[in-house]
Amino acid sequence: MNPAFSCPLPKLDFSEIQLGHGSGGMLMQKLLEPVFGLFSHPALAEQHDGAIVSTAGRIAITTDSFVVSPLFFPGGDIGTLAVHGTVNDLAMCGARPRYLALGLILEEGLPIAELWKVLCSIRQAANDCSVAIVTGDTKVVERGKGDRIFLHTTGVGDLHPEAAISARRMEVGDRILLNGPVGDHGVAILSVREGLSFESAIESDTAPLHRTVLRLLDRFGTQIHFLRDATRGGVATVLAEAAQQGGKGIEVEEALIPVGEEVGSACELLGLDPLYVACEGRFVAVVAPEIAEEALLEIQQSGWPQAAAIGWVAGEHPGKTLLRSAIGGRRPLPLLPGEQLPRIC
Amino acid sequence: MKLLSEYRDPELVLRLLGKIEARITRSWRIMEVCGGQTHNLVKYGIPSLLPQAITLVHGPGCPVCVTPRRLIDQAVALAERGVVLCSYGDMLRVPGSRKSLREAKAGGADVRMLYSPLEAVRIARENPGREVVFFAVGFETTAPANGLAVAHAAREGLRNFSLLSAHVLVPPAMEALLTDPDCRIDGFLAAGHVCTVMGCEEYEALAARHRIPIVVTGFEPLDLLQGILELVILLEEGRAEAKNAYGRVVRREGNPEARALLTRIFARVDREWRGIGTIPGSGLDLRSEWKAFDARVKFALDPEKSEEAGECQAGKILKGILKPPQCPLFGTKCTPIAPKGAPMVSSEGACAAYFHFAGFASGAETKESVASAP
Repeated sequence: MNPAFSCPLPKLDFSEIQLGHGSGGMLMQKLLEPVFGLFSHPALAEQHDGAIVSTAGRIAITTDSFVVSPLFFPGGDIGTLAVHGTVNDLAMCGARPRYLALGLILEEGLPIAELWKVLCSIRQAANDCSVAIVTGDTKVVERGKGDRIFLHTTGVGDLHPEAAISARRMEVGDRILLNGPVGDHGVAILSVREGLSFESAIESDTAPLHRTVLRLLDRFGTQIHFLRDATRGGVATVLAEAAQQGGKGIEVEEALIPVGEEVGSACELLGLDPLYVACEGRFVAVVAPEIAEEALLEIQQSGWPQAAAIGWVAGEHPGKTLLRSAIGGRRPLPLLPGEQLPRIC
Repeated sequence: MKLLSEYRDPELVLRLLGKIEARITRSWRIMEVCGGQTHNLVKYGIPSLLPQAITLVHGPGCPVCVTPRRLIDQAVALAERGVVLCSYGDMLRVPGSRKSLREAKAGGADVRMLYSPLEAVRIARENPGREVVFFAVGFETTAPANGLAVAHAAREGLRNFSLLSAHVLVPPAMEALLTDPDCRIDGFLAAGHVCTVMGCEEYEALAARHRIPIVVTGFEPLDLLQGILELVILLEEGRAEAKNAYGRVVRREGNPEARALLTRIFARVDREWRGIGTIPGSGLDLRSEWKAFDARVKFALDPEKSEEAGECQAGKILKGILKPPQCPLFGTKCTPIAPKGAPMVSSEGACAAYFHFAGFASGAETKESVASAP
């Protein structure tokens, strides 16, 4: 957390969440008072059920739920994810994120200090991304009916005038760019999960992506054909989906896809494929070949020095993604039937 | 040593491929026995690099995939009776006749995914009021660690820990494939890590008995290609021998300590393999002196046999007699989401590999397009 950012725990008459905090009565007001202060915004200060805001023209809208366990992990927490996740979904539409609505589902017995820590992360992440939290909702569920904190964010963003992002706009010969090494978030979460903890210095890659995307759109406009951030299912799932939705073939080179040394080793030990491990600050851009080199440089110069061109849109095998392995062999990169499970052999 | 790059060197790969190409004069069907080998062959796209004269027949997959419905049903039943049911990750999605362990977990059962059987012993120690069952699956490779968990639990006097053994043994399965008169496999890559424990002697006997070459092979791309090269040499020279191409890890006598532990804890039993049927002497169960730790005894599990999927052709596919699309269930009643037989359960099993490769050009065309890629 930014050391300059101060977020002292408010003095309250209770130290844990009770069912009454979701009742709509005085207890709820007591809880929310400091929250309104924390996210100070004129629309929120109205304390109405919704917010009235202005936008520049066409808007993008997205919604996402966050249920990560554990709540706090190396490199971030559920609050950071709730902001970055929604900001990134707006960015992938080609939009400048403006407003967030925040839903909290809290489990009875949750320490207020934990809630406050998460709320402070949300505020800091929102400030960093220049988005305002303008409305929200709080519910409390009985002990055992939730997992401490579930978050939900809905985001609204101004669409970039040049944005025309769609898998159907991918064309044969387009280049596929990736902004950095994959799998850090998933491995960071695994490293602190109960029953599996192992020592590592790997931190989640959670990060906002809109600034990079807006720079790309400012400069290259409609030559940016498709954007998608890699979250659950990792970069392989994004590529498989892009091929499927665009009805085009995709080919990528394993040797060009950056994977951190520690992440690679951890995946090897755990029996996981890093290409299918979750990320929270990585995206794939499919761009016209003429601008690919400059677009890659633009991504690298906007804070992603390890960005790489990893493949191209192919004329063959429409709807499927093919990987050329580090030793030159070929294999498909399909959607997984479910979540990736560690192999024993 | 850099494990992640040293045995994956593209230049050395090319050199080995060249040697294989130079030695081969006719078509050979080679089976890699272990799912871990299949996994890496597929992961590195090695089949697309090999000479077309070599057909790789993917073996029975992994021990997880061959676990029959009956055993999954027993594990699910235990989990639904309220025990803490622990197992390895990929075991969770293998379907039983009613449901998989993952579905049982979704239904409220306490199913936990572990990386080590000793974790299950710890859970038993920390939860004396609950029964903890470890669903022990694996070849000879994982059996010693699972046996050790029983020995630890006994030493600690834990009464709430038990093992549901689903262990399978490799040589009897190879024997079963070879005794089928329709079997069309010319040579085997034996599972290197199994041999780390058991040594190579069993394979020498098997090679002599069935007049078939067997090469003990590792898992990294260079290990796999070295194994294939040595097997091709044996095949071309007509030598039905067992060779060790994984000398950096495997000794001829294996690991005597692990073998002794296996003998002390486990006894050989007949075991049913999914899609293949019952293979004599192909499983390991706890010896009667350890029956206090045997979940089958402790919970008086129903030994009744469940029906295997009648139309599943896994046995014929594993013997190289049929190709997966020739199975009437392929792609319709049997898919990676709802797999019927072992080769569809594992993502790199023969059937799943065919399923995922559907829509791609054939092997030959794929090779050509590599050269023309931008």
